[in-house]
Amino acid sequence: MTTDVKKQQDAMPTTATTTSAPHSDLPTGHKPAAGRVGGGLFDPKQLVASLPDAFRKLDPRFMIKSPVMFVVLVGSVVTTVLAVTDPTDWFGWAITAWLWLTTVFANLAEAVAEGRGKAQADTLRKAKTDTVARRLAGGGEERVPGAELCVGDLVVCEAGDVIPGDGDVVEGVASVDESAITGESAPVIRESGGDRCAVTGGTKVLSDRIVVRITTKPGETFIDRMIGLVEGAARQKTPNEIALNILLASLTIVFLLAVVTLKPFAIYAGADDQTSLIVLTALLVCLIPTTIGALLSAIGIAGMDRLVQRNVLAMSGRAVEAAGDVSTLLLDKTGTITLGNRQAAEFVPVRGTTETELADAAQLSSLADETLEGRSVVVLAKEKYGLRERRQGELAHADWIQFTAQTRMSGVDAGGRKIRKGAAGAVLAWVRERGGEVAGDAQELTDRISGAGGTPLLVAAEDERGARVLGVIHLKDVVKEGMRERFDELRRMGIRTVMITGDNPLTARAIAREAGVDDFLAEATPEDKMALIKREQAGGRLVAMTGDGTNDAPALAQADVGVAMNTGTSAAKEAGNMVDLDSNPTKLIEIVEIGKQLLITRGALTTFSIANDVAKYFAIIPAMFAVAHPSLDKLNIMGLSSPESAILSAVIFNALIIVALVPLALKGVRYRPSSADSMLRRNLGLYGLGGLIAPFIGIKLIDLLLSLVPGIG
Amino acid sequence: MSPVLAGVLQLLALVAALGLSYRPLGDHMARVYSSDKHLRPEKWIYKVIGADPSVEMRWPAYLRGVLAFSAVSVLFLYLLQRAQGWLPGSLGFVSIDPDQAFNTAASFVANTNWQSYYGEQAMGHVVQSGGLAVQNFVSAAVGIAVAVALVRGFTRSRTGELGNFWADLVRGVVRILLPLSVVGALVLVACGAIQNFSGIHQVGQFTGGTRQWNGGAVASQEVIKELGTNGGGYFNANSAHPFENPNGLSNLFEIYLILVIPFALTRTFGRMTGSLKQGYAILGAMTTIWLGFTALMMWTEFHHGAPAFDIAGGAMEGKETRFGIGGSSLFAVATTLTSTGAVNSFHSSYTGFGGGITMLGMQLGEIAPGGVGSGLYGMLIMAIIAVFIAGLMVGRTPEYLGKKIGTREIKFAACYILVTPALVLCFTAASFVLDTPAHSMTNSGAHGFSEILYAFTSGANNNGSAFAGLNADTQWFNSTIGLAMLLGRFLPMVFVLALAGSLAGQQPVPETAGTLRTEKPLYTGLLVGTIMIITGLTYFPALALGPLAEGLAA
Repeated sequence: MTTDVKKQQDAMPTTATTTSAPHSDLPTGHKPAAGRVGGGLFDPKQLVASLPDAFRKLDPRFMIKSPVMFVVLVGSVVTTVLAVTDPTDWFGWAITAWLWLTTVFANLAEAVAEGRGKAQADTLRKAKTDTVARRLAGGGEERVPGAELCVGDLVVCEAGDVIPGDGDVVEGVASVDESAITGESAPVIRESGGDRCAVTGGTKVLSDRIVVRITTKPGETFIDRMIGLVEGAARQKTPNEIALNILLASLTIVFLLAVVTLKPFAIYAGADDQTSLIVLTALLVCLIPTTIGALLSAIGIAGMDRLVQRNVLAMSGRAVEAAGDVSTLLLDKTGTITLGNRQAAEFVPVRGTTETELADAAQLSSLADETLEGRSVVVLAKEKYGLRERRQGELAHADWIQFTAQTRMSGVDAGGRKIRKGAAGAVLAWVRERGGEVAGDAQELTDRISGAGGTPLLVAAEDERGARVLGVIHLKDVVKEGMRERFDELRRMGIRTVMITGDNPLTARAIAREAGVDDFLAEATPEDKMALIKREQAGGRLVAMTGDGTNDAPALAQADVGVAMNTGTSAAKEAGNMVDLDSNPTKLIEIVEIGKQLLITRGALTTFSIANDVAKYFAIIPAMFAVAHPSLDKLNIMGLSSPESAILSAVIFNALIIVALVPLALKGVRYRPSSADSMLRRNLGLYGLGGLIAPFIGIKLIDLLLSLVPGIG
Repeated sequence: MSPVLAGVLQLLALVAALGLSYRPLGDHMARVYSSDKHLRPEKWIYKVIGADPSVEMRWPAYLRGVLAFSAVSVLFLYLLQRAQGWLPGSLGFVSIDPDQAFNTAASFVANTNWQSYYGEQAMGHVVQSGGLAVQNFVSAAVGIAVAVALVRGFTRSRTGELGNFWADLVRGVVRILLPLSVVGALVLVACGAIQNFSGIHQVGQFTGGTRQWNGGAVASQEVIKELGTNGGGYFNANSAHPFENPNGLSNLFEIYLILVIPFALTRTFGRMTGSLKQGYAILGAMTTIWLGFTALMMWTEFHHGAPAFDIAGGAMEGKETRFGIGGSSLFAVATTLTSTGAVNSFHSSYTGFGGGITMLGMQLGEIAPGGVGSGLYGMLIMAIIAVFIAGLMVGRTPEYLGKKIGTREIKFAACYILVTPALVLCFTAASFVLDTPAHSMTNSGAHGFSEILYAFTSGANNNGSAFAGLNADTQWFNSTIGLAMLLGRFLPMVFVLALAGSLAGQQPVPETAGTLRTEKPLYTGLLVGTIMIITGLTYFPALALGPLAEGLAA
């Protein structure tokens, strides 16, 4: 009994803080049906706007980062030289032009992906205007430029001041406008001590005065890092991207060997004339995996960008990749699985009292209780029993007893009738003090409610019939709508969910069962959390979690994906590898989905790219060798009109498919949570078989168009 | 009975026989490489070579064992051939020239058995039985050892240890190859293969003149030649020679010997990894390719395309009438899809497509089912590549058998798949750039091109069969094919062992519903597709100029 009472009071500060978070109930986490990670936006205009950047990226020092595209660049240069030496050869010029276009298209993909981040970076830069800091020095105050602050400096910020750097509030409390970073205009409270002391440079104090201890050097602040991240300046290749690049490079070498050695073979076969350096270069470019080579970095940038669009900052691409691999999700109960506060769900009267009577008393006694739990009693009375909400002023001569953490009760004394509502222990004591009898079934009811994982509040009254308990209010955690379906989806994806809660095991089990999580950790301390993470990791599982408090920091650092809430302490933000600006823990699920979508996109386009090559051989091999070996003309199954047209069509298809796939690379492939089996079947059919068939159709169509041009067909 | 039906029945009998031995042999091999006990004769061997069989080796040590043992073997075999003129029991044959001795030494140590000599006219009993036959055993055992080391890489975690090379080598010979060879040799003798140390006989012929017939320990060498996927014939005619392969039954038995260990190793793999299903998936991929190639081969060889074919019942040129088209096609596919290279018919005389099928079989990397050991590790490398490409499509970074395929792993796998195409294409191209090598060709045009392409394909992939028609006993071919064989055998082993070490050091990732199911038919199909596309794309232009041009012209 006592633990339950304590729990209600303990819950108070938590509920209070959660609700004052800018928008913890933002719809993002509440739309399970629309919970699929949709694509980002893509506007064809972005292609045009990014063209200058695409040309700028032709710099070989930049191109070398992608071995596949570097080979194309070299090929373009070679064919250009050859075309210049034989300027009358229209074919050479045509191939040259399309090879250059291939290179530019590849750069375009990356430029478009980066362009979207740049717009965001520009907005952030505006927030980073030069600030003047009011530094406390030797008892006085001095004004120094924000860029000259050192770690450990104390600065004063008052209403209207822009906070000059990242730091912790050491004195005072203030409301702060963080819209520059989070895009959310509602102000948030920052105060010294506790988990809400972190302030970010570039945000604005709206009221009151705080003293901030600077914790980061200028130039390395959160906002600087954000700018770097969204611009992609700090982007490093992720492990899987590096591995894929190695595979692509080795395939490039294989094809380079196949094409280079083809020349002596062709000379022997008597096809010297048909295998000019231009033709061989065209063949090489068609064979090497240009599609994925061109889109690989755009896919990575777009993945980060999809997170940014959801107001999540990933500190490294590695974290996004790890998110796709996560097999255990640690979810905090409050705010993630359940709504931030307990709510009255039911009025249970003791024998001799009617439900309406109890509801009426509960409502009256809760009017002076401004906590969310108190409000929920009033709401339930209205919704379920049609009791109009009364205002405190309506009752004449009423004496309102406000809820306090000390009394743990609220109530009203009016017209010789006293009504109290509150924690079971406190109300029982109140009844006994007045010589009242506690009905036998009151105890039974409270036990039943506790046993079901709920929190019982007692309602008691003292009137002419003496002091007595009227009944029990059943307070319970309300599991967010659609959570069970999401957990089912996660299970199908092979992800285990573990609910973390400070509740006792009994309550925890009840909520875990209702929400449909796989496991729970009750009465969790930071040490328990850490041990759980280590245990999971020792089994080879990757763990994702959210956290905001300083005591979460070690666990956040240990987890493979640690998402710190922006409302959290700077220690937590430093320890995690992602920050959620909305401070919405439910987003962890979306982060996992985005990670998976990124990897799927990468794999799908790789498969597509390699499967494409088959058709290109059927276009180019007969074009090169049908003269030397007439029998090889039978390989021209597409019936392409002429050797020149065949080779050119393959090159043009190879270039155009890059542009055609840019939207897919940026938006990511459609992703629906399902088992690995069904996902593989679907993607293999779409991108494997599709990649095999599509170029046959594409090359034939281009050839048909080309054959209309006089002199080609 | 029509020849087609005979061919199909032989195939069915073969499948049944392989099916029967799959479980017992696979499980036996798994026990051999997992047991802690040493047999008495093994202990004697360890004492003689001074090896401690209980020491666990990390991959560099394991690799050093492989390379040191093979280097010593090459040197020994080279010196043995060079000294043949002075050795007793050499039937009066002289010492072998340096370039040919190098070629042959490299060839037998690399489990290739490419022969640029005529067995009955160059090698006496000592070299044949004391040198070549010994290598037939140990080079095969080295292959299985490396495959087992890779499998241990998957099964072990957070240790870099891959087992003990000397123990694996000795056990492979003593507990697997020797016992099977004894039984197999008896069967062959029963079929009519010879087994003696007789000298050279000049036998009169019906058509006049005489012909040289050698005696020799043929059956014992024949059995390990097939069982160890070696392929080096006692006689130049190889398994087409009646002393080596007397009749249809011995022919079928030899094909069985070629395929039995490579297929059964997938069971060993399944046993050792604790998931038989994973072994079946690999077996499925191997079988799909093998049956597909066999069907294609039979189709193209039985195909009645011209009057001469109609009369013979198919493309009988270069095939023995006692084996027929069915028995020859089965043999040709089995020998080129494994690293055997024994022949019972002349691949050069196959139809254009038929010759192409033998070449493509080798170019796949000889993984369906491949050489003893090398087939399994080659297939596992392709499995890793397939997982890497397709695994991403399930939304996780790639993993196979619970091990992550990261940068290190893919680096070794990528190097592995680069080696043989580089050797085949570069040496073939060089042969056409230089003037003299082309003089070795018998034919011109597409067929002549195939002769050289085949030679390097066979050498670099450690097959050892020849297309016939090419005079390979020149300094150029002896040395380049010798190099191709050594590099084609040992560079991949370096990458396989490095990969094994990296895998063994990893901690396994538990399987969840989100894991790519590599034991399902979908994945097997994907694996076959990956193999066909990756190698197909690599060799398509070269194949187009040789067998395809020839086949399409027919």
